[in-house]
Amino acid sequence: MSTIAIHDTHHDHHDHGHHKETFLTKYIFSQDHKMIAKQFLITGIIMAVIAMGLSILFRIQLAWPDKSFPFLETFLGKWAEGGRIKPDFYLALVTIHGTIMVFFVLTAGLSGTFSNLLIPLQVGARDMASPFLNMLSYWFFFMACVIMMGSFFVQTGPASAGWTVYPPLSALPKAVTGSGFGMTLWLISMVLFVASSLMGGINYVSTILNMRTKGMDLWKMPLPIWAFFLTAILGILSFPVLVAGVVLLVFDRSFGTSFYLSDIVFGTQILPNEGGSPILWQHLFWFLGHPEVYIVIMPALGISSEVISVNARKPIFGYHAMVYSLIGITVLSFIVWGHHMFVTGMNPLLGGVFMITTLIIAVPSAVKTFNYLATLWRGNIRFTPAMLFAIGLVSFFISGGLTGIFLGNASLDINLHDTYFVVAHFHLVMGSAAIFGMLAGVYHWYPKMFGRMMNAKLGYLHFWLTFISAYLVFFPLHFLGLDGVPRRYYVFTEFEFMRKWLTVNTFVTWAAILGALAQVAFLWNFFYSIFKGKRAPQNPWEANTLEWTTPVEHLHGNWPGEIPTVYRWPYDYSKPGHDEDFIPQTIPFSQTMSSNLPHDFEGNEEAERIQREWDAQNPPAEQRTPQH
Amino acid sequence: MSLIKVIGNKKTVVLTALSTAFASASVFAQEAAVSATTTANTPEAKVDMDAVYKSVIFYSLIFLSFCLFVAIVGRAIKVYELTREVQGKPAAINWNKVNASLFALFLLIGLYGVYWEYTVHGSMLLPDASSEHGRKIDEMFNLTLIITTIVFIATHIALFAFAYFYKHSAKRKAYFYPHNNTIEKIWTIAPALVLTVLVLMGFLTWRSIFYKTEDPNNKALQVEVISEQFAWQIRYPGADGIVGDRNYKLTTGANVLGIDFKDKRSRDDQMADELWLPVNKPVKVILGSKDVIHSFYLPHFRVQLNTVPGMRTYFEFTPTATTQQMREKLNDPSFEYVLLCSKICGQGHYNMQKRVRVVTEEEYAEWIKQQPQWLNDDLRKAFNLPVSATPAAAPAAAADTTAQDSMKVNPQAPTI
Repeated sequence: MSTIAIHDTHHDHHDHGHHKETFLTKYIFSQDHKMIAKQFLITGIIMAVIAMGLSILFRIQLAWPDKSFPFLETFLGKWAEGGRIKPDFYLALVTIHGTIMVFFVLTAGLSGTFSNLLIPLQVGARDMASPFLNMLSYWFFFMACVIMMGSFFVQTGPASAGWTVYPPLSALPKAVTGSGFGMTLWLISMVLFVASSLMGGINYVSTILNMRTKGMDLWKMPLPIWAFFLTAILGILSFPVLVAGVVLLVFDRSFGTSFYLSDIVFGTQILPNEGGSPILWQHLFWFLGHPEVYIVIMPALGISSEVISVNARKPIFGYHAMVYSLIGITVLSFIVWGHHMFVTGMNPLLGGVFMITTLIIAVPSAVKTFNYLATLWRGNIRFTPAMLFAIGLVSFFISGGLTGIFLGNASLDINLHDTYFVVAHFHLVMGSAAIFGMLAGVYHWYPKMFGRMMNAKLGYLHFWLTFISAYLVFFPLHFLGLDGVPRRYYVFTEFEFMRKWLTVNTFVTWAAILGALAQVAFLWNFFYSIFKGKRAPQNPWEANTLEWTTPVEHLHGNWPGEIPTVYRWPYDYSKPGHDEDFIPQTIPFSQTMSSNLPHDFEGNEEAERIQREWDAQNPPAEQRTPQH
Repeated sequence: MSLIKVIGNKKTVVLTALSTAFASASVFAQEAAVSATTTANTPEAKVDMDAVYKSVIFYSLIFLSFCLFVAIVGRAIKVYELTREVQGKPAAINWNKVNASLFALFLLIGLYGVYWEYTVHGSMLLPDASSEHGRKIDEMFNLTLIITTIVFIATHIALFAFAYFYKHSAKRKAYFYPHNNTIEKIWTIAPALVLTVLVLMGFLTWRSIFYKTEDPNNKALQVEVISEQFAWQIRYPGADGIVGDRNYKLTTGANVLGIDFKDKRSRDDQMADELWLPVNKPVKVILGSKDVIHSFYLPHFRVQLNTVPGMRTYFEFTPTATTQQMREKLNDPSFEYVLLCSKICGQGHYNMQKRVRVVTEEEYAEWIKQQPQWLNDDLRKAFNLPVSATPAAAPAAAADTTAQDSMKVNPQAPTI
């Protein structure tokens, strides 16, 4: 209760300080969580467009390896002399594409945006626990982005050892030009990024644990909040390990240590490093790296749980199971990292162990999928653009998740490791699925962010083009992998058996271009609607959660008066006996006597007695059939 | 809204834009065809570049006109909907119905697409494994493929069918169904059971691949493969059947692998340009790397293991089909087994290959005799080893070792 009191004083304080806001404090160094969320989102979108552009560049190389494209030379200069991308720049492209997408778009762009926006709004808080830290979190992220992009303006080019930057390749400029100054920038950028996500994560966890409004106990939190909460915990526990690894790599690169280096000879030049192990980096990297993929997908799953429930006009099926499966994924994700290392020469005993833990993690994922399907079953589905993207997410999550069963199996991984099968797998399950979760979130909470509506029809067009092209791009890639085509190959023409895939590559590139152009529909819709979109009503999707009780016009502190009290879980949609098909969390049970169910009272005997008396006086209407 | 004006008042502009775009399309197509025929034999022709330059503008024009088309359609729909509204008729287009139907359509086309992929692209894959453990991996793969395909199809049918059948209707209320513990238990336990089966099988297969008990009658042939940017070095063990020690600090121009010739077992080691393996005989590949991490990948044998500097790794497998047999089986006279690198290792990563030949025992014995030794006279001097008395004696010494070699190889032949 004391926290509530603190809120109110906090609120008063802000009322007094309101008029001091300048352009700088409102839009640039804002400490308001809603503005920070928008900053994260727009930066994330810009980075996504850049990373998508990079992918189109290397897809062009893969599709037409023997053609020259003078416009590439215009843009890229010496990296595409004669209109053909050079092999080392090709590697830089895939590296930076992966880094930006995984870290800057799907971690910061997704978690950063929606944790910031929704945590205070959905748990009923005036702002984050530490608004200043929150602002720093964005600016560290922004600096990380700038530095990463800066590496394109370095003579030797950006980092090009793959987004996993395995040493010795990443440690020795002699091995690949991108491991020169470009790699140093990559490492600096990553340290800043981790600092940013730690500041964010600590904020998210403390806000969720300490600043929930009256009545908002943990089991009444909407699923996105659970997802953001567990994601933040994952990030807090795993990101520091990456920093540790990065610092050691900085030492190896710049100060002559040998954490990851040993027994290295270039031609006849013997390097002095002795005693290190490149495998150590892989352990440290994947100790973050695997939780990272759940850091990417869990917020998307949380968002889609909410979107699906709201638009199917049905409670999410198995709310508790959804939470427990998220917890299960969180815990298990720490002990599966070795499945990225089955063929590194790691002790085969470990391979066996990691295979077991990896396949166990498929169980909570399966539960989530089935629960989504059960939520749709007998729903009353409104196909808003957000809902389309949420359904798309479920489809990608299934398709990509199932191929994970192949890769998680150490025996099968022998032949599939580092092939296009892996590329197809993670682009579906974590790339496309997470992006779709993010887009679902954007379409769903756009009215909350900007006070305006996006154009639904452009949203439909955007969804269908993106959904179809994503499948056209990634489905055929599985087969390349099954034919033993390794990833990160600059051309396919050097091996006889790969030539038959050249036409497929061309097709995939066209599909990728289609998908990229489809994003124009989104970008137009997004930026145009900020200024010219239809004004948003108070609760455009008729949703139950707290954020829709705040005024459409933003104000610092979120609610003008007292923060509303929460009485029920967030998923009372289409409850029998109620006249509308939704009951917001702020409606007490005393106002919905006709629809209350025995388990709503959680064993409160007094409330049950009152309900029984009311029921006795009001004979049940015909549609009030007992559910449990 | 300015867009309306642009489109409404300047329809003619749009039309001309469209028609010019299409006109230039046909012109470009002709031009491209011409340049293609003229440049077919001369690789770098300036004309070609012009065409591509044009094509960038051309494609952007097409895209812009497509955007205009979308905008026009959007406006038309809007006008249609507004007129319906003004006339007081019910909403013109039921978008819920449209999207639901599109999901149903997507399901049908998608199912056919999956079938097409499985049959067309599915027939372009690697041939059946040419190794003993590879067959087990293939079985495991097929089982997993069957199970996952069933789940894939079933869940997608459910997903899109629900989307189609339960589309919004104002007359209906969704079925309030927050949970059902029995169902939830079933669909927790069912995947758990299936996965347990897969885990057990995978675990046993994995163990059978990496924990081999040595058969004294059929000892594995040792071959060392060392990777460097961007090539593979191969070392056969010579007469003693053992690949000797290496020490990277001994690397010189003459001794590129840093072989330690103080170790007697190294002295008879042979080099080879191709990886030749006798069929049906276990081979234990010893892997190492000179510079960065590479990955020793033999897709046809389902063999992959990273080569790590500073660490020796091993993979033991048994090839079961000769290159010749594979050629006959696949009806492809140019078929070759390949060794490729599958771990990003620098700019030449895409072309780090070595031919692999699987041959009969006899062919192998014949071939290995002809392979030169790593130890040459320069290295003998460097290691203070007795240089063979006269240069003329050197071939004799080589012949000597090969004689031992065949002695060594031949007794094993009957055991297979």
